[in-house]
Amino acid sequence: MNVSLFIPCFVDQLFPHVGLAMADVLERLGCTVDYPESQTCCGQPAFNCGYQEEAAKVADHFLRCFSQSEQVVVPSGSCAAMVKHFYKDLFRDTPREAEATRIGERTHEFSQFLVHQMGASDVGAKLPGRATFHDGCHGLRELGVKSEPRLLLEQVDGLELVEMTEAETCCGFGGTFSVKFPQVSTSMVEVKTESIEATGAEYVVSNDPSCLMQIQGYLTRQKKKPKCMHLAEVLASR
Amino acid sequence: MSVNTVQFQTDADRMQQDGDRREFLRTALNGYILTRSGQQSKYGDYEAARTTAAAIKWQAIENLGEHLERFADNLEARGVHVHWCSDAAEARAAIVGVLKKHDAKAIVKSKCMTTEEIHLNELLEKQGYDVVESDLGEYIVQLRREAPYHFVFPAMHLKRGEIRELFERELGDAPTDDPEALTMIARQALRQKYLAADVGISGANFGVAETGMISITENEGNARLTTAMPKVHIALMGIEKVIPRFADLAVMLPMLALAGTGQRLTGYNSQFAGPRQEGECDGPEEMHVVLLDNHRTELLAHPEERDALRCIRCGACLNVCPVFKNVGGHTYGTTYQGPIGSVITPHLRGMKDWKHLSNASSLCGACTETCPVRIDLHHHLLRNRHSAAESSGGWAERMQMRGFALVMRQPWLYGIASSLGRWAHTLSRPIHGTRLDPVYAWRKTRDFPAPAPKTFQQLWRERKKDQPPRH
Ligand code: SF4
Repeated sequence: MNVSLFIPCFVDQLFPHVGLAMADVLERLGCTVDYPESQTCCGQPAFNCGYQEEAAKVADHFLRCFSQSEQVVVPSGSCAAMVKHFYKDLFRDTPREAEATRIGERTHEFSQFLVHQMGASDVGAKLPGRATFHDGCHGLRELGVKSEPRLLLEQVDGLELVEMTEAETCCGFGGTFSVKFPQVSTSMVEVKTESIEATGAEYVVSNDPSCLMQIQGYLTRQKKKPKCMHLAEVLASR
Repeated sequence: MSVNTVQFQTDADRMQQDGDRREFLRTALNGYILTRSGQQSKYGDYEAARTTAAAIKWQAIENLGEHLERFADNLEARGVHVHWCSDAAEARAAIVGVLKKHDAKAIVKSKCMTTEEIHLNELLEKQGYDVVESDLGEYIVQLRREAPYHFVFPAMHLKRGEIRELFERELGDAPTDDPEALTMIARQALRQKYLAADVGISGANFGVAETGMISITENEGNARLTTAMPKVHIALMGIEKVIPRFADLAVMLPMLALAGTGQRLTGYNSQFAGPRQEGECDGPEEMHVVLLDNHRTELLAHPEERDALRCIRCGACLNVCPVFKNVGGHTYGTTYQGPIGSVITPHLRGMKDWKHLSNASSLCGACTETCPVRIDLHHHLLRNRHSAAESSGGWAERMQMRGFALVMRQPWLYGIASSLGRWAHTLSRPIHGTRLDPVYAWRKTRDFPAPAPKTFQQLWRERKKDQPPRH
């Protein structure tokens, strides 16, 4: 299968290894992977602040970048939700609506792509240790990602998956929310990390790098042990 | 920043210091979630019940005028006085009018958020009436002279010891911390009030158009006493509370109980259909229903926001909201707290002063997932942000967003910005953690990742160079 990678702006800048890991897994499964180089961002930061006009300009750029792609895969539930769901709203009743819908249908969050498009569950990964999964809110509630990452993680050789009590509770990132309301955001990540620690897991896995940035940022500041890993990194380990 | 925004920030920050209280709230709400989930699993098909509840309210709201007229006609046919009030001032005047007519002095109230919305107690107390709340939680916050903390559990923030101290101070009685004993003390104090009251004021959870009844849900039985003992009963009801048919209650009452408190059904559910009729042995001699608009029709006129009027005020969205759990109910500074409060308050009280509420959310969507009548809460918050940005967005933020859009549309500009970002990061290292730091707010409590040595784009190019093309 031919797939294009969409590497969101903050992954490009801060977590490039997540993108590479995703490419590794896709190639391992036999995909031909390309990366349209003119891509930048999905426009979510502006959209979530209420600046739709600005968001639409960025979205328009995205649509141009990926117009030739057969499938687009994204290592972030949040950015995938933006393209799949909110582009339609953004371009409703405009000439771009059809294109936005078409590309939205071809865009997939990474774990959903593996399970539903590739029919994969065991990707041949190996990582000894105990891990717990954090459900990123947008992936979970906008896209319905729930069983897919768990299915994939369960097949990882040596990995024990334990559920935390607050798996579905927001980690407090929320984009600009984490900057506009830093205290509230911190209290939320505090709850999250308590729940993570209670499982005794060494790894916190998620399909959203922005959640991981928030969780890891707090864990390291508190000098706590669990290590954040993106699902793609886990699946790329061998 | 508006006064309200500053107030919100200050209160939220204060709440963050109070780790004990946050823990206490969280434990209470997690308990609620457990009981609710237990009851929910007893539904054969809970999702279908939710869809039905949403559909009933949808029908009601889509034909609101028609249902309201039918409701009022049926009430009037049984001798109820119906007052149509377009705003809070009119509703207060209508209520005071009735009190004056009966030369009332003492008033007993059962829990009603709509009276909070129109600030009725303050007005009545100022005018010298003796007003007492008969719901235990409301009574406690009234004694503390504060607003309800949560619109279903008004005193949920208080620990037993605090209630004991309060009763000791205000009622001169509270020998123990035992909740039952404390309840008895409150009951004793209240019983006298029922007997002395000239007028009883209540709210309404639903108004049934088909039969002309108001329906009240409660657990303490206080609403029944409030409405039955005094000679006059006044019910204040927001116009969105009307539902079409009596049979709809069969869906709505259990749904409200489940979502609200995790019960299968609340202890008491009463329907009131007018004053005492000929040959009846009890009930008030006179009954008034005050119907309040107070900007609800403006929300109704908004095709995309209208579904917020389906709200049955069950409070479930507050109970699952991680922001509510961490900032507490008073921080919102509104009658209706939590997600639904953040959605409707800017419409009911002005976008400019209340738009901050829609930003005080991580848009996690837990509220939408739980709402029994399927209100699309977190997307409403997003839309509110959009309206706020259009009508009263700050200049600086707009410029930032324009800059963002400009950079993100031009790959070469994005490349430059990326290199500049890296330099800036290195150069700004000395100010990290100080107030000059652009991510100061973040870095105060969390580490912020440094830009990776190479971007994905750079790494990808290198990788492609190393890998011979596959043919
Ligand atoms: S918005 Fe929904 S969950 Fe929140 S109080 Fe209203 S009905 Fe309940």
